Amino acid sequence: MAHAHLDAAAGAPLHPAAREVLDAALARGYADPRALHGPGRDARLLLDNAREAVADALAVRRDEVWFTGPLDAVQRGLLGLAEARLHRGARLVVPSVEHAHVRHAARWWADRHDGQVHEVGVDSWGRAYDGDLVESAIGGDVAVVACQLANHEVGTIQPAGRFELPDGVPLFVDGSASLGMIDLPETGWSAAAGHATSWGGPGSIGVLVVRRGTRWSNPFPGDPEPQDFGGALPDVAGSLAAAAALQATLAERAEVDGRRRGLVDRIREVAAALPDTEVVGDPVERLPHLVTFSCLYLSGEALVRELDRAGFGVASGSACTASTLEPSHVLAAMGALTHGNVRISLGRDVTEQQVEALLAVLPEIVGRLRSEVGL
Amino acid sequence: MDSSLTVTFGGHPEPDLELDCRGMLCPQPVIELGRRHTEVPVGGVVAVVVEDVAARTDVPAWCRMRGQEYLGEDAAEDGVPRYRVRRLT
Repeated sequence: MAHAHLDAAAGAPLHPAAREVLDAALARGYADPRALHGPGRDARLLLDNAREAVADALAVRRDEVWFTGPLDAVQRGLLGLAEARLHRGARLVVPSVEHAHVRHAARWWADRHDGQVHEVGVDSWGRAYDGDLVESAIGGDVAVVACQLANHEVGTIQPAGRFELPDGVPLFVDGSASLGMIDLPETGWSAAAGHATSWGGPGSIGVLVVRRGTRWSNPFPGDPEPQDFGGALPDVAGSLAAAAALQATLAERAEVDGRRRGLVDRIREVAAALPDTEVVGDPVERLPHLVTFSCLYLSGEALVRELDRAGFGVASGSACTASTLEPSHVLAAMGALTHGNVRISLGRDVTEQQVEALLAVLPEIVGRLRSEVGL
Repeated sequence: MDSSLTVTFGGHPEPDLELDCRGMLCPQPVIELGRRHTEVPVGGVVAVVVEDVAARTDVPAWCRMRGQEYLGEDAAEDGVPRYRVRRLT
């Protein structure tokens, strides 16, 4: 059997709808869309089409959407809100399970402005609870509150948009792990970021949404207003491919995500039955395609290596596999076992055969690695 | 050994068994705990001494998953974190 890629959250093949658009867009959308000549106008038209499609898909206005890199979308979304409220204070409120991109940006900005990052705890499923988060946002010195749409490591959906924050305190929503699968809340937020990888688009494309009427100031050098790609030459073809992938993903969502949800249920069931293994994250209110479990006494690295040898590509949040020796801050914040961790994320074209083949080898691999450490 | 006789600065009874896991990386300290906690009688206290920060999460998680009691963290004489566990089964 061919190698099965079960790490879709970290990168997946382009959605066929995006690939179809990409060639034509590369041929027509190469020029600077701000230029006044014909090729510039062509590029402008394509970029506006992409913006309109993404705005429709996300149920926001066209003039609220900008294309940029995925990390830039997070940084400008979060810090642009904070920068506009710097006169009130430089305290940022961030749940402890936010992505490192959010946490690092918050820390960087707080340090520059002599402020502080207030990390709020989560429950054992990794969910921020509004009591702590909302109380932390009281005091008048809060520049911004962040909350992801769903957790990138364990899949738990967060109550973003349902917080009753003090008047004027803006919420930044990180949808990088989940847009395309989970919708943005209708209200209750000021800016959001998305990453086209979560909906089958090019991994280099991010989307920044800033609601109309929101006070936002560029935290970086350049024009004070939001711009596509921070003012650099826009990747028009990539943006159009991202828009096409998002439309196609939403059109097939009920079928694809229903199927993935069932396969994740199946993985959860088998993993939970393994000895000394803990499945983490909310079993119901979760991303449809992602499941994480941890096996006592094992290193995540050994599990990833053995599963790769058996033909399955999976990820791990364990320190043993990460570039640092810090354990996953998400698992640690939840009080979950940080070693022996496996994260499986299913792409849109995953098959039941692939999942069953994985589940057929998993108990044997876990048992063998355990016997190697004498347990 | 009667663990109530000796008391540290923090007021905790001295453990019946201290596992020196200094320098070990995850998951080795938890493997040591899993292998050796049965060397103390039921009701006895095992302590794991280790710098690796993963142990701060993983020792309590081990207790939860293995039905043992996590007593808390203090420090060994050299300041290295020490995680204490009561054997219940």
